[in-house]
Amino acid sequence: MTAADTSSEVTPRPDLVALTIDGIEVSVPKGTLIIRAAETAGVNIPRFCDHPLLDPVGACRQCLVDIPDAGNGRGFPKPQASCTMEVAPGMVVNTQVTSPVAKKAQEGMLEFLLMNHPLDCPICDKGGECPLQNQALSHGKAESRFEGVKRTFPKPINISSQILLDRERCVLCARCTRFSEQIAGDPFIALVERGALQQVGIYESEPFESYFSGNTIQICPVGALTSSIYRFRSRPFDLVSVPSIAEHDACGAAIRVDHRRGEVMRRLAGDDPEVNEEWITDRDRFAFRSARGTDRITTPLVRDGDTLRPASWPEAIDVAVAGLREAISGGAAQTARRGTDSASGRVGVLTGGRLTRENAYGYSKFARTVLNTNSIDFRSRPSSNEEAEFLAHAVAGTGLGVTNADLEQASTVLLVDFEPEDEAGTVFLRLRKANRKSGLKIWTVAPYLSRGSVKMGAGLVPTPPGAEAEVLGELPAEVELDAGSIILIGERAATVPGTLSAALGLAEQTGARLAWIPRRAGDRGAVEVGCLPGLLPGGRPVADASARVDVQAVWGSETLPGDDGLDAAGMLTAAAGGDFALVVAGVEPGDFADPDAVRTGLENASFVVSLEIRRSEVTDRADVVFPVALNEQQAGSFVNWEGREREFEAALPDKTTMNDLRVLAALADALGGDLGVRTPAAAAAEIAELDRWDGDRAAAPTSTISGSGDQDGAGDGELALATWRTMIDASRSNDGEDALLGTARRPVARVGVRTARDLGLGERVMVSTTAGQLELPLEVVPDMVNGVVWLPTNAPGFSVTENLRVLAGGTVSVNPLDSAEEEGEDK
Amino acid sequence: MSEQSVDLLTPVLTRNWGDERAWKLSNYERVGGYAALRKALKQTPDELVNLVKDAGLRGRGGAGFPTGMKWSFVPKDNPNPTYLVINADESEPGTCKDIPLMMASPHTLVEGAIISSYAIGAEHAFIYVRGEVLHVARRLQQAVREAYSAGYLGKNILGSGVNVDLVIHSGAGAYICGEETALLDSLEGLRGQPRLRPPFPAVAGLYASPTVINNVESIASVPCIVDNGKEWFSSMGTEKSKGMTIYSLSGHVKRPGQFEAPMGITLRQLLELAGGVRDGHKLKFWTPGGSSTPILTDEHLDLPLDYEGMAGAGSMLGTKALQIFDDTTSVVRTTLRWVEFYKHESCGKCTPCREGSWWLVQILLRLEAGEGVEGDIEKMLDLCDNIGGRSFCALADGAVACVTSAVRYFREEFEQAYHTPAWELFPYGRSALFASSKEGANA
Repeated sequence: MTAADTSSEVTPRPDLVALTIDGIEVSVPKGTLIIRAAETAGVNIPRFCDHPLLDPVGACRQCLVDIPDAGNGRGFPKPQASCTMEVAPGMVVNTQVTSPVAKKAQEGMLEFLLMNHPLDCPICDKGGECPLQNQALSHGKAESRFEGVKRTFPKPINISSQILLDRERCVLCARCTRFSEQIAGDPFIALVERGALQQVGIYESEPFESYFSGNTIQICPVGALTSSIYRFRSRPFDLVSVPSIAEHDACGAAIRVDHRRGEVMRRLAGDDPEVNEEWITDRDRFAFRSARGTDRITTPLVRDGDTLRPASWPEAIDVAVAGLREAISGGAAQTARRGTDSASGRVGVLTGGRLTRENAYGYSKFARTVLNTNSIDFRSRPSSNEEAEFLAHAVAGTGLGVTNADLEQASTVLLVDFEPEDEAGTVFLRLRKANRKSGLKIWTVAPYLSRGSVKMGAGLVPTPPGAEAEVLGELPAEVELDAGSIILIGERAATVPGTLSAALGLAEQTGARLAWIPRRAGDRGAVEVGCLPGLLPGGRPVADASARVDVQAVWGSETLPGDDGLDAAGMLTAAAGGDFALVVAGVEPGDFADPDAVRTGLENASFVVSLEIRRSEVTDRADVVFPVALNEQQAGSFVNWEGREREFEAALPDKTTMNDLRVLAALADALGGDLGVRTPAAAAAEIAELDRWDGDRAAAPTSTISGSGDQDGAGDGELALATWRTMIDASRSNDGEDALLGTARRPVARVGVRTARDLGLGERVMVSTTAGQLELPLEVVPDMVNGVVWLPTNAPGFSVTENLRVLAGGTVSVNPLDSAEEEGEDK
Repeated sequence: MSEQSVDLLTPVLTRNWGDERAWKLSNYERVGGYAALRKALKQTPDELVNLVKDAGLRGRGGAGFPTGMKWSFVPKDNPNPTYLVINADESEPGTCKDIPLMMASPHTLVEGAIISSYAIGAEHAFIYVRGEVLHVARRLQQAVREAYSAGYLGKNILGSGVNVDLVIHSGAGAYICGEETALLDSLEGLRGQPRLRPPFPAVAGLYASPTVINNVESIASVPCIVDNGKEWFSSMGTEKSKGMTIYSLSGHVKRPGQFEAPMGITLRQLLELAGGVRDGHKLKFWTPGGSSTPILTDEHLDLPLDYEGMAGAGSMLGTKALQIFDDTTSVVRTTLRWVEFYKHESCGKCTPCREGSWWLVQILLRLEAGEGVEGDIEKMLDLCDNIGGRSFCALADGAVACVTSAVRYFREEFEQAYHTPAWELFPYGRSALFASSKEGANA
């Protein structure tokens, strides 16, 4: 680097440290480790234990370098680990490139590491992408001098139902144990025993059940950790890798999809410092085979009496067109009767929250331009009108708002009706990192401190379910919010009237920034493209005529419906009345507040068109079913909770499958309209053309707080229900992933100490409502608000909505299950 | 034993070891015990630190770092409490000075702990005792109980306003816990493995607070310095290694045991005190300070046993545990036994120590059996070069020291191991101190 630095762009930074590595002068920020400073000089020092996102440990000793001058004129007599030592001004470092001592030390370490390592590379999952293999070739000696007896262990042991451990392959770098302790906060694996018999172990009674356990496989520098779903399935060099975006939550985590012979073999975390760094949740990693069962729909189906029969595409489209046309014209007739100039027909669209932004856009445009209705709603879950207003006012068309990086810089983060570990794993890891690294203060408005909250070091703002709005109005004094603070509000806030309005008010009053974090990957995108009755693409309010004109200009349509459409509940009620047709995408009745009302709506609807990937309760009740493409088969994008567009290409492009957009375009054609877009790329271009609304935003919701009941009366066994979905639950997208489900948290009912005592609750309890009952083990947690019981919403075999017909904030009875427990009452 | 050689002894720490029930408080006080504490409490902590610094006391655990200087590294402005931790995890093969001291006169250590705590501003002190020596832990606990009852420990010691609490903590049986940072992890209830430095314990040690870690003998030497003054202490010993210390002789000597003498005494003098090597045999090799100090031979008999003298001979003073091996001993077998110890005690954290000791044992086993192959010695030395100075802590340096020094002085014996088993060259029964049926069969 002798060229004179004439560039005026380079301004000297006082926090840079200049040192010499292999004769090359480099300047790096203060605090940089030598191993990373060397990378800037183009020198790759071999390493195993070192990982940039983990705390240094200096265990493998592979990265030894010679330091003839530590910057103070004196050198180190012995080689030093470059992964633990920070740079110093004037330091001289000689790596394996220029120092025979460093080179010999590194070769010696590799010889030691390989000595007890089995030569089973040909059958090892890691073979071909193995850091040990690679570095043995690049930095090791050609031959080992070891002639003795290798240390052996019995072959793999399950450390969870998903993760297997081959102890003899392990080089004891402690990456997996450090990840679990430092990043995930789940120190369920640890190094045990000593010397060459040291090994990764688990507690006898606590298997490695972490939502993030799969990351340990990916950062393992050898094949010691493997997953039961990928083990022995493939060779790395036979795989085709495609970058993609995870679809299981609203974080938009970057992933890598590896496929072979037209089938996805595994998924890995992508490296995206802005979003998920290098980590993903186990669900994002391991849940991708749910559509490989026998229930995958491969041809259109049309109703034939009580059954659906396969049909050709033209026939299915004809049937759908006939049914929809009747519903549309019915609506037009009604319009004529009412004498209004524009009104929604007797048809509506339920999209669900899993669609790509482009597909959601297709539905939004199809509803407005073809079905001539504003009755469209993506919310296949408990929701409210207040929420729709909140989304229109504060979320839609706001672009990139609070970011993951902002979370790390925040002064305080307040969580409202939001459990990051269960509902947005990437956000959880960010918040935990910020708390651990820089002491970020986190508060959670919740009935108790969940395990995830404890791991984030969060403080509890004790809140019985239903009282969120009140609590936000009168936060304890120690919760100090200012302009540097961030309020993260979850989708569950919709179920408690006033909460979203109170959060908006709080943000306005304190200057704190507010972000809405839904659970599903397609939720934010659906908001952006107008899958709500009151919203058009780009956050344009339907009620605003100039906003409609904006959209009409791009769409080339003469008019757009300007009336109030129906939301999901309204559509289902209308359908239950019989004179209403539905177009339904990925929706499950069990996700709604009242699953039976959804079933009744679907059954009584005048006509149901379903676009689905698998047989479902919706397809069973549909008149026409169109098979659509899986996410891995199509390009598209998700908009994550930050408002960041996360585009991806098709991992397995398949010209024989139609995506939602293409089916809608075909229906539009057949109905005599024109959707105008047939491909994700065209849809994305049109979304870009529409851009964001720059006119007046929709008004803020003005919902008043409905007083929540006093939750203190625990005496009669009536408790207020707190509930949310855990990450690994009975969701259909986890179907077939038994190994993953094996790591799910055991469903339990949680109550506080006093409630347990007052009700005489023992090891098992019966939770009941007039609609049904659930038997669960009891867990007593110290800080649960009195008079509250927590249940997982949708644990396998335990559905709160199906079995109890109750929502968060509702009332349930909790009773000791048998007399054996009652005897323990006195304890 | 000649009169002259008896004069070489300077019993200070060992003075009362032969007394009736010397471990009882009353008996300790009868010989002047706890007078130093009263004297110390009248001085300022800084005066005490300077006293120990000026006396020239150096760490008796092996490395010989000046004790007073270590004390002065404790930051004064740290908001966390300061801790004193006494390393009583005496586990090195051959080393046996702290355990006899704590058994014979535990109050010497307790008194030293109180004075040292006061000097460094610690209100909590810990004695981390090797887990296997339960009898020592019990004796210490008894001594601590007595000291509390007498008002030497606890709140407002002897009305001085000084508070010191002393906790006896038993280890769980690992040599590595003698390494000071591993000791801290173990004391905190974690698995004992060495910590990354920096931060150094003086800044962030026990519970991330400023911590001074000293050897038992170092702390036990503090009361006598307070009692008798720095001039008295530094009048003993050599120029850079001041004072008296306990030398432990074991192995093929007539009267093994602890000999307290000024720094710089020679092995020849100590052997005389111990009655010499077994009759009919002569010295073959010896360790100056336990198995991790490179071995020496009879050519080093007249070297001063102080830090500089041993370093000058390419070894280390270590714990002054002089293991004496006579001419019946196989150096190959001895080296194997030592390396087996280090293999067993390697904590497993770093590669060279964990894997290297595993490998060395396999080569040495082959050599012991006379099945060595050409090149084994060179390979062994090269492995030692890849282990020593490459590992996380000093354990591995000790593990290879015996190998490299044994080859340095007895290379031909290792070469003989290419064809003849060690038990044929040196029938094991002959080197046994006590006849055992198993080893006798080999003789």
